[in-house]
Amino acid sequence: MIVSSALMIWKGLMVVTGSESPIVVVLSGSMEPAFYRGDLLLLTNHKEEPIRVGEIVVFKIEGRDIPIVHRVLKVHEKEDGSVKFLTKGDNNAVDDRGLYARGQLWLEKKDVVGRAKGFLPYAGIVTILMNDYPKFKYAMLAFLGIFVLTHRE
Amino acid sequence: MNSFTSRLNSLFAFTLSVMAALTFGCFLSTVLNDHLRPVQLSVGKVSVKNVPDYSADRDRSDLGFITFDLFTDLSPLYNWNVKMLFLYLTAEYKTKDHDLNQVVLWDKIVKRGENTILDFRKTNTKYYFWDYGNGLKGNENVTLSLRWNVIPNAGTLPNVKGLGSQVIRFPDQYTAGRF
Repeated sequence: MIVSSALMIWKGLMVVTGSESPIVVVLSGSMEPAFYRGDLLLLTNHKEEPIRVGEIVVFKIEGRDIPIVHRVLKVHEKEDGSVKFLTKGDNNAVDDRGLYARGQLWLEKKDVVGRAKGFLPYAGIVTILMNDYPKFKYAMLAFLGIFVLTHRE
Repeated sequence: MNSFTSRLNSLFAFTLSVMAALTFGCFLSTVLNDHLRPVQLSVGKVSVKNVPDYSADRDRSDLGFITFDLFTDLSPLYNWNVKMLFLYLTAEYKTKDHDLNQVVLWDKIVKRGENTILDFRKTNTKYYFWDYGNGLKGNENVTLSLRWNVIPNAGTLPNVKGLGSQVIRFPDQYTAGRF
C-alpha cells in the first residue's frame, strides 16, 4: 500500500510538472552559493514556457547522460519561436561553451529537460553520501535487509 | 535493545516531521511576497564595434560597450526565507534577425547579511555585449534593467524585474580602433 501510494504520488508529480524527473539532487558545486551538493530541486518542463535570462534550466548535452543545472546568460529568439541560448554556472568563471558538444555554440529548446522552480536544502544528502561512500550504501542495504527479515509485525 | 531502538526510531521520525513542518511554514510565510524594489539606472559612454567573435563562430558581430551607474536599496527584500539574491543586469532589444534578445551584462550575488545597498558609478560590464548578428548599430531601443532571482531557504525561485529601467541608444556609426 505504501509502495503503490508512493509510486502514484511520483507519477502524479511527473504529470503535473511535465518533467521526467521532477525532483533532482544537486550533484556539483557549480551553482554555489545558491545550491550546494545535496540540495533538492523541484523541476517543471512546460515546453510552451519561454526561456528567459536568469532562469535556472536543466539541460543535457547531446551524446551525454548527465543533466546540468545552470543559469541562462543570453537569449536570442526568432519570430517563429526558435531560440538559441547560452548558460553559465554561478560558481564558474566562464560560460558553458566549453561544456557543449564539439562545434555547438548555443543550446536550443530540445536540449532542455526542465526548469528549477522550487528548492529544498539538504534533503538529498543521503544520495550524495551513497554516491561518495559506496561502503555506506552497502551498509544501508544490509541494515535494511536485516531489519526487514527480523522485524515482526 | 528493543525499546531502545524503537525509541530512537520514533525520536528520529518525530524530529524529521518537525523539521519538515518548520520548513513548510518557512516557505508558506513568504510565498506571497512580490520582491519588488525601485532601481535607478543610467549609462555613460555608449559605443558599438563590428569585430569577429572568436568565442563563437568567427563571423563579424556587433559588440556594444557601455558604462553604467546603478543605485538601489534592496534591504526590504531580505527576510528569514531569503538566502541570497542573484542580481543580473539585462539588456533587452529587438533586431532584424531576432524578435527578442536578452544579454546579461553584469551579475552579482548578495547574500543575507551582506551590504544590500548597491551604489555603482561608471562601472564596466562583466560580460561582453555580443549581439548574435549585426543588430546593435543604430538600435534606438535597447532597454537596460536590473533583475534578481530570489534564492530562498526553502520554497520557490522567482525571477523579478526591478522597478526602473534605462533605454540605451547605440550610435549609427561603428567606433574604429582599439577599445
